[in-house]
Amino acid sequence: MLIKNRKSWELSGRDATPQALYQDRRTILKGMGLAGLAGIAASLHPLARRAALAVGSGLTYADGGHGTDEEKTPYRDVTGYNNYYEFGTGKLDPARYAGAMTTEPWSVKVEGEVENPGTYAVEDLVDFSKLIERVYRLRCVEAWSMVIPWIGVPLKDIITRLGPTSRAKFVQFETLARPSEMRGLSRRVLDWPYKEGLRIDEAMNPLTLMAVGLYGEVLPNQNGAPMRLVVPWKYGFKSIKSIVAIRFVEKQPTTAWLRSAPREYGFYSNVNPDVDHPRWSQRRERRIGEFLKRKTLMFNGYAEEVAHLYAGMDLKKNF
Amino acid sequence: MSVSPKTIKRVLKPAFFMLLSLPALLLALQWARALTGDPDHGLTANPIEFTNRYLGDWALRWIVVTLAITPLSVILGSNLPIHFRRMAGLFVFTYAALHLSSYIVLDQFFDWREIWGDIVKRNFITVGMVAFAMLLPLAVTSTNRMIRRLGARRWRLLHRLVYAIGPLVAFHYLMMVKGNQLEPKLWAAGIALLLVFRLLRWMQMRTRARAQTA
Repeated sequence: MLIKNRKSWELSGRDATPQALYQDRRTILKGMGLAGLAGIAASLHPLARRAALAVGSGLTYADGGHGTDEEKTPYRDVTGYNNYYEFGTGKLDPARYAGAMTTEPWSVKVEGEVENPGTYAVEDLVDFSKLIERVYRLRCVEAWSMVIPWIGVPLKDIITRLGPTSRAKFVQFETLARPSEMRGLSRRVLDWPYKEGLRIDEAMNPLTLMAVGLYGEVLPNQNGAPMRLVVPWKYGFKSIKSIVAIRFVEKQPTTAWLRSAPREYGFYSNVNPDVDHPRWSQRRERRIGEFLKRKTLMFNGYAEEVAHLYAGMDLKKNF
Repeated sequence: MSVSPKTIKRVLKPAFFMLLSLPALLLALQWARALTGDPDHGLTANPIEFTNRYLGDWALRWIVVTLAITPLSVILGSNLPIHFRRMAGLFVFTYAALHLSSYIVLDQFFDWREIWGDIVKRNFITVGMVAFAMLLPLAVTSTNRMIRRLGARRWRLLHRLVYAIGPLVAFHYLMMVKGNQLEPKLWAAGIALLLVFRLLRWMQMRTRARAQTA
C-alpha cells in the first residue's frame, strides 16, 4: 500500500496558482517569443498522465508542491543575474555568453560504485513525464537570495534507477568544461572542470532536485542547462550546473571551491547564519528586489526537512 | 609642450573635471531610471551591490591615474600633467567617500553594530577603512591655504601617505574577490609599477647626489 506523507513544503491542490495567473504569465512569456517551445515540448511528451498538470511554456509538469509562498524573483532577474564562472566572473557574463554552449546533444557519464554505469542522455536520466515544480529559496554564499520556481525531478528518483552499491557513500558531480564554448575557462579562476559533491543521504533527500527548467520552461544556458542540481538548504554554489558526470564514490570527494579556498568553503556548505564566511557575515542576506537585508534562516528555512541529516555533527567544524 | 596657463585653467581643467565626474553622473542617471520604474536600468538585479562595486572600481581607477601623473610628467619631461594631480587626488577621495557611503547607507543601512563587526573581523574591510582614514587628511590639506599653513616640507611628507594608500587599496580589492581572478592582480601590478618607478628614480637621484658631494 502506498501511503503518501505530505511534507510541510508540499501544498495541496487548492494552493495551486490560480489559472488566471498562469495565463497572465504565459502571455508574458509569449511576448518573449518562447511560446513555440510549449508546443514542441508538449508533442514530445504527450503521455503525461497526472491529473493536476500545468502546461508551462516549454515543459509539461505537475504541481509538485511549493517550498515557499514567498514572492518569486522575476524571471529576468533569475536569468539575468548569475554566477557561472565558466562564462566569466561578472554577474551579467553568464546571460551574455552562455548562449555559446551547445546543450544538444548532451551526455552524462555515470561512473563508480553503481550497478548501471554508462553514458546517458538527459532524457534517460530525467523522466520528463514526471516533472514537478518546486518553488525554492536560493541563498548565494555572497549573501544575496532569490525565490525560484524550478522544474525537475527529485534526484533520488534518478539515483534509485542507477542503483548505487553499498559502497557508494558520496556522489560527485561535474560541470561541462568546453573551452571553445565557455570563455571563462581561459582563466584558471577555479580548478576546472567545476566539481561538487553530496553525501548519499543528502542526495537522496526528497528536497534535492535535478532541475531541467524554471518558470515552466527549459533551463536557459546561464542557469545550468540542460540539467542542474538544486539543493535548497545549501549555498548556491553546491547546486552544480550543466552536469556531464555523476560519480558514486566511497570517500568524500573534492569540490571546486574546497580546492580553491578550503578555509572558506566547506564540503557541506549548509546555509548557516551562525557560521560566517571568513570575509563576510552570513547572518543576513539581501533578497533580490528588496532594500533592507533579511535574516538568513538555518538551513535556508528547510531545517525541518534536513536538520536530521546532521544530528550530532559540529556544524561549525563541518561548515 | 607649451600650453598657456589660461588654457589649462579655462579648458583643460574643466574638461578633466568632467571626465572624472562622468562615471558618477552615469551612475546617477541609472539610479534615476531605476527609481522611476524603468526596468532597463543598468544597475543589475542587485543595484546595491552593483553601486558599491562600481564606486570602488572607479576610486581604484582614479588612484592609478593619480599615481601615474608624476611618472608621466617625468617621462614627458613636462610639468603639464602636474596641474591635474590635485584634482585627480580629490576625485579619488570623492569616489572612495561615495563607495564607503554606499556601504554604510545602502548595504548596511546604518547598522552600526554590523559595520563595526565588519571593520574588526573582515580583513579586507579593515584595510579599506584604513585606506580611507589615510585619504581623509590628504583631502583636508589639499587647499593652497593648508599647504601654506603646513609648510611645503611637512605638506609633502604628509602627502607621501598616498604611497601607502595605493597598495592598501590594491590589497582591499585582492582580498575581496572569490577564486583566482586576474583583474585585481592587474590593478595591483599597475600600482606596484608606479611605485617602483618612484623608487628607482629616488635611488638614481641619491646616487647622483652622492657622486656630487664626493
